[in-house]
Amino acid sequence: MIRFAHVFKSYPNGALALKDVSFLLNKGEFVFLTGHSGAGKSTILKLLFGEQRPTQGEVRVANFVVNTLRAGDVPRLRRRLGVVFQDFRLLADRTASENVAFALEVTGARRDTIPARVMRVLTQVGLASKARAYPRELSGGEQQRVAIARALVNDPPILLADEPTGNLDERATRGVFQLLREINGGGTLVVMATHDLDLVRQTTYRTIELRDGGIVFDSAVDEVKA
Amino acid sequence: MRLLLREVLLSFRRTPLLSALSVTTIAFALFTVGLFGLVAVNLRQALRGVEERVEIVAFVLRGTPSETITLASQDVAAFPEVSDVAYVSEDQALARARKDLVEFRDAYRDLQVNPLPASLEIRLKPGYRDSRHVQSVAERLRSFKFVEDVRYGRDWIARLDQLRNLTGLVGFLIGAAFAAVAVVIIGVTIRLTILQRAREIAIMRVVGASNWFVRGPFLLEGAFKGLMGGLLSLALCRAAYTLFQQNVGGALSGLIFFNTGHMLLIVLFGVLLGLGGSLVSVGRHLRDVH
Repeated sequence: MIRFAHVFKSYPNGALALKDVSFLLNKGEFVFLTGHSGAGKSTILKLLFGEQRPTQGEVRVANFVVNTLRAGDVPRLRRRLGVVFQDFRLLADRTASENVAFALEVTGARRDTIPARVMRVLTQVGLASKARAYPRELSGGEQQRVAIARALVNDPPILLADEPTGNLDERATRGVFQLLREINGGGTLVVMATHDLDLVRQTTYRTIELRDGGIVFDSAVDEVKA
Repeated sequence: MRLLLREVLLSFRRTPLLSALSVTTIAFALFTVGLFGLVAVNLRQALRGVEERVEIVAFVLRGTPSETITLASQDVAAFPEVSDVAYVSEDQALARARKDLVEFRDAYRDLQVNPLPASLEIRLKPGYRDSRHVQSVAERLRSFKFVEDVRYGRDWIARLDQLRNLTGLVGFLIGAAFAAVAVVIIGVTIRLTILQRAREIAIMRVVGASNWFVRGPFLLEGAFKGLMGGLLSLALCRAAYTLFQQNVGGALSGLIFFNTGHMLLIVLFGVLLGLGGSLVSVGRHLRDVH
């Protein structure tokens, strides 16, 4: 589903963000990307949703080769991905349901199907009762649930989460993480970048640890060897 | 589509001053072009009137027998460029002079001898009324032995033609300068709007909105501003035209305004200007939004 083959990424200022990164993520997996900030987690996510291109090596995501992706194909790739950010990225002047509906409107979904699809995902994330609330009326955890609902509304086979619990307290963190696990239980490949090691240790999910742009540990590989 | 229209109207409400400025600059650009265009259109109209009167006059040597002249005028009438030939005798010339030149009526009445020569007045067919053909016909007329002199209005026709071209060129240059300013202002407006909406645009992209969906509202906005500017410039041209006609129009009768084709062209030009301006700056500024 996702394949990195000897990927290097350097920025115009000469900084090397990724050094020879290779991994294969399969359908239905739950994978943690860990490491200090600047280790390369964000760069990997940006390559995954076509925000950036690798300098060397090959990135494949859901039948798309990111290296040779034309500008016009980036939107098609992104409709196969859900993306969640640390800062939620909700529109302040729209309600929870409008924020979710926005993702359908801008991708040209049939208008008469939108309300039902929005309610379905809002129910899935446990926020059906707050559909008409504006982001400022919601707690951090609830806002992140709205963002997750927006990421899911197009039924993507892959969900990317960039520090989704970074701005949340412990209770909300547990709730959001539980929600991501449920989504994964439905067969969605979830890639979660985090530096919350407590969360990582709670589970036996695959963990890829990065340091200075290179993989220093991949539980799927290293534990087999050991 | 409804979504797009809503976004366009919103943009006018978000930056009313800059939007108005864009529309006004486009309007002024086209107004300038339009004013010079009006002058050019009227000059062309005038030239057309003049061209119809293009005529070559061949003065006949005194004492030429009238049979010679009759035969020669048949020859001249057979030239492919010539539509008709009229013979004006010495007496007719004098009578005409007395009638037309009122100031000299007394002078002509007291004449003992008619000083005016007889002449052949030659009119050319449409399509042969430019200076090249006029000149070649004049050359051939000169070769007749009884022709003393040939006159035609070549010089000032050519000068009128030059004036028309110059007017067009000046109008085009000033208009182009204004158009450049308009494009810059459209760029600034779009940059501000994009900065204002950076968050929304970034989200649109992340959830997979197509590039055209993101650009659409800006392009439509540009085209709409161009349309408004075009219409405004037509109104300005009309006002200037009416004002001119009321104040000095008496001296210049038969002034004309643009026809429908010209007006459509001006408005279309405005739309293209707005669209082009936004296309250029949208591409450039959207790159900064992540």
